[in-house]
Amino acid sequence: MEKFTTHTGRAVPLRRSNVDTDQIIPAHWLKKVTRSGFEGGLFEAWRKDPEFILNQPERSGATVLVTGPEFGTGSSREHAVWALQNYGFQAVISSRFADIFRGNSLKNGLLTVVLPAETVERILALTEADPSAEVTVDLEAREVRAEGIAASFELDENVRWRLLNGLDDISITLQNADDITVFEQTRPTFKPRTLPVL
Amino acid sequence: MGRTLAEKVWDDHVVRRAEGEPDLLYIDLHLLHEVTSPQAFDGLRLAGRTVRRTDLTIATEDHNTPTLDIDKPIADPVSKVQLETLRRNAAEFGVRIHSLGDVEQGVVHVVGPQLGLTQPGTTVVCGDSHTSTHGAFGALAFGIGTSQVEHVLATQTLPLAPFRTMAITVEGELPEGVTAKDLILAIITRIGTGGGQGYVLEYRGSAIRGLSMEARMTICNMSIEAGARAGMIAPDRTTFDYLQGRPHAPQGADWDAAVAYWETLVTDEDAVFDAEVVIDASELTPFVTWGTNPGQGAPLGASVPDPASFEDPQERVAAENALKYMGLQAGTPLREVKVDAVFVGSCTNGRIEDLRAAAAVLDGRQVADGVRMLVVPGSVRVALQAVEEGLDKVFTAAGAEWRHAGCSMCLGMNPDQLAPGERCASTSNRNFEGRQGKGGRTHLVSPQVAAATAVLGRLAAPVDLSSNVAVEV
Ligand code: SF4
Repeated sequence: MEKFTTHTGRAVPLRRSNVDTDQIIPAHWLKKVTRSGFEGGLFEAWRKDPEFILNQPERSGATVLVTGPEFGTGSSREHAVWALQNYGFQAVISSRFADIFRGNSLKNGLLTVVLPAETVERILALTEADPSAEVTVDLEAREVRAEGIAASFELDENVRWRLLNGLDDISITLQNADDITVFEQTRPTFKPRTLPVL
Repeated sequence: MGRTLAEKVWDDHVVRRAEGEPDLLYIDLHLLHEVTSPQAFDGLRLAGRTVRRTDLTIATEDHNTPTLDIDKPIADPVSKVQLETLRRNAAEFGVRIHSLGDVEQGVVHVVGPQLGLTQPGTTVVCGDSHTSTHGAFGALAFGIGTSQVEHVLATQTLPLAPFRTMAITVEGELPEGVTAKDLILAIITRIGTGGGQGYVLEYRGSAIRGLSMEARMTICNMSIEAGARAGMIAPDRTTFDYLQGRPHAPQGADWDAAVAYWETLVTDEDAVFDAEVVIDASELTPFVTWGTNPGQGAPLGASVPDPASFEDPQERVAAENALKYMGLQAGTPLREVKVDAVFVGSCTNGRIEDLRAAAAVLDGRQVADGVRMLVVPGSVRVALQAVEEGLDKVFTAAGAEWRHAGCSMCLGMNPDQLAPGERCASTSNRNFEGRQGKGGRTHLVSPQVAAATAVLGRLAAPVDLSSNVAVEV
């Protein structure tokens, strides 16, 4: 995973709540067996509308998505995170994210930032009015900054440390492989096994 | 202080607990399917890792599998590649797999319980949000992303953030004709699509205790639609009876030891939930959705709501967008909404009890002209059972299509899809835009409502079928 320290970029204000993962990346894209090449599927249905915010020429190259509450509800598809990243997004700002989506994003280095609804509203208003407005997401200072706005955000300290250092979870867990072995020795014999029953 | 069911199961699986770190939890059962696993196996290969516990891992094919002509090569080349990738990965890493054509194949959340692999007090994960289904057994079960799939394959554990607990207490008796599906749709509408966020829900109370395992699975399945981490129901005699004799259920002395443990898996009397919701079962009626998220629902007897009636501005805009997408007018009685298609199936309502319920309504009746009805059993075992009971004949005699097992029109990754603008009454779990096919419109319903709707060609409950003649609307 790439390190995430701080990022500054232009924003796409997506004024919608309950943006589910079927909208972020529709199911037919999920047949791919890679982690890349999903950018074309991002918000595919909505992008058919020329008026859709992502289609506005002044939004091209924007890297921060600002959006309504319950972003990422629905399916556990990590493809939703890959699609956002493949398209070029580095951070998403909302007042509420669905749990699985949030977990997936932070495992891939896509920083999902939770801010109070009023603050999200201000950033939406700012970036709607001025497509060139820049938004900074500073993980070191745990702060989002834009013109006239400086808002601090919470993030679990352990998650933050992993993101700042670009660490991968599996290697960290494997450092404690002995604990796993010890635990396995105490598992009751009645626990299910998937071995075929003859 | 006492502990809740969820806390007990969690505590029993902590491999490592350290200050400033998330708990590392042991995973008892890891279910795989073709869509969310290929990149995880790639990751293993890239890092030169193996699957730590192939004996706690099992794969099935469900999302992409066709429901017709399953003996022929899969027509969609991309779906074919994905299924072949799973087969190759399973062979390479030594994971048990049930492929299309195998008697144990089916939707992953139907297969686990019917094999007896889903057991009380276990931790169950799958790269699929509806893993919450397995909580019906008193398992702590949740959906994970592909990075976590890789993590579990490599380590059989997951670092997990702490959760909060919410009691959803349903007292009383469900009225005649009101099902588990109506109950969970009503709960989601009540607490909202984000209402369960961060919580493990425990469904409890006399109404829940009175439910069959299948109905309990329907409820836990949709916990994720309320945004919850997981949903659980304390195991009891109903659970044990369902499990006993299943292929992977414990046997002999192990069975007794297991039951002794399972009986401890109840929330202590003095345990405190972080939140509580109380619902009176006797007040419920058949429930359907009118919008594009599962929280946009109403009793079947109600009308399409007026967006202006929502106080919350976000909800108002969401309702406006939803009505536009759904092609609905505020104030239209839901019973007057005509459908083009009916889908009975999915991990929510594709089990034998669901098929029986739909068949009972359809028996001796006909699917309305111009309505296409698809019945897709959740697994091959469910299909075989249905055939043994003659349910397939009831469906085909009524003019419905009887298909092969899989996810099918629940998400339309295979050819079973709605055409743009088509409206469907579906027993699945998500009414998102385009979920059942580009431009398709979904109303979530119970199997009984689905069947009655098929007969009348408009949203309806079995009570509307007093005769075989369409009631004037
Ligand atoms: S039936 Fe639907 S919800 Fe269930 S696993 Fe398949 S696609 Fe997902």
